[in-house]
Amino acid sequence: MLHAQDSSLLKMLNDSMTVHTKPFYVTGTFKAMHIVNMQTIEAPAAGSLTFVIQHRFGQLNSGIYNFFGLDNATLRLGLDYGITDRLAVGVGRSSYQKTYDGYLKYKLLRQTDGSEKMPLSVSILGTFNYYTLQYPAAEKPDLTNSDRISYTAQLLIARKFNRNLSFQFTPTFLHYNLVPTDADKNNVFALCAGGRMKITKRMSINVEYNYLLPNQVVSTPVHNSFSLGWDIETGGHVFQLVFTNSQSVLETQYITQTTGSWGNGGIYFGFNISRNFNITKKAKSSVKS
Amino acid sequence: MKKPIALAALVILCISSAYSQLYMTRAGFIGFYSKTALEDIIAENNQVYAVIDLGKKNMAFSALMKGFIFQKELMQEHFNENYIESDKYPKTTFTGSYTGDVPPDGNGVYQIKVKGNLTLHNVTKEIEEPATLEMKNGKLLGKSEFKLKPEDFNIKIPSVVRDKIAPEISVVINIDCNTVK
Repeated sequence: MLHAQDSSLLKMLNDSMTVHTKPFYVTGTFKAMHIVNMQTIEAPAAGSLTFVIQHRFGQLNSGIYNFFGLDNATLRLGLDYGITDRLAVGVGRSSYQKTYDGYLKYKLLRQTDGSEKMPLSVSILGTFNYYTLQYPAAEKPDLTNSDRISYTAQLLIARKFNRNLSFQFTPTFLHYNLVPTDADKNNVFALCAGGRMKITKRMSINVEYNYLLPNQVVSTPVHNSFSLGWDIETGGHVFQLVFTNSQSVLETQYITQTTGSWGNGGIYFGFNISRNFNITKKAKSSVKS
Repeated sequence: MKKPIALAALVILCISSAYSQLYMTRAGFIGFYSKTALEDIIAENNQVYAVIDLGKKNMAFSALMKGFIFQKELMQEHFNENYIESDKYPKTTFTGSYTGDVPPDGNGVYQIKVKGNLTLHNVTKEIEEPATLEMKNGKLLGKSEFKLKPEDFNIKIPSVVRDKIAPEISVVINIDCNTVK
């Protein structure tokens, strides 16, 4: 009889909980801020700083003399910071065309669990890119500072389907102040998508595909950027081992300037590493009861 | 003829069985803490549901694992995703009884011993711990502090981070209950 009493008290609590509890935001849709090259809806928490290294070696089809691309390297170093729980800012520098980049990312909608009140997480991302690579004066005499600028605007739409599977769809708009020829468009549209499938608690396989709409980049033959990644998470680090046909990691570069092709081995092996730090007093201090 | 016997039986029944005196809260506090040379863990839940029956000397607790707020959000994410697997096992519950007398009128602090079943991460373990109940101006306050081992609840900690988590986790419970009509 005592057990009947126990479970009736518990039932009373659980019934009350069902009525009164508000849904919680879904966390861990992705383990890192990039699927491979594409930015995800994830962002550092308020007061939290993430340091990221994105490294790409050379092409695998460059033969044994070049040690299948390992002799070559393209690197981006970046810092991502959470201003609030919804707004994040980031800066970075890539060795590819010696480009500086900055971005703002804002969480418009956040997926909640339990009830279907919010089935998706939606964020907006805006980036600014400025490449500083110098050309000999004879080659490009009229290149101005403003010519070196390009922008990205992306809508990141993601859903965590279950503990293992998440998917993101990313319609993308790119603007280039200067394009190679008149036939190329300054305003470019692309449809990007990616997902992750967890294979163990701390490891996942990622896939990313960036579809460049036709007749926009005309003067050079380019391919759609397609990438595969393997995530390993330990404590405050996420390691991502990647295979991609894009040498660069910035949207304005990998979406429209991918010359490598999976078909003929124009694949780059590389990795992303991110490390999380809590830097503000708020992020470090203990929770008040 | 039958009526007085039935009436007498009813009266005897009423006298012999205790009747419920319920006190409940939806904003109880449970915190758990770990201190090691490498890292401190502080996690606090202020949305704990608890009910204590002073008449029948029973109690029950229920709390959502997602309600535990950590000072580091990444730690909270790892706690939910990897350790406690709150998507599979969203709640922790306790049902049990206590020994010791707590009169419902007046003010006073009383030491009790609580014994019952704690369910965490889909593992149920019997625990027995001392606690304090206090009657204060018609409200029932409860406090307890004890330690739990993660391994007892099948919580797997990878060897890479084992030294960042204390072998025994300190748990603090603090509830402030009102009578339930």
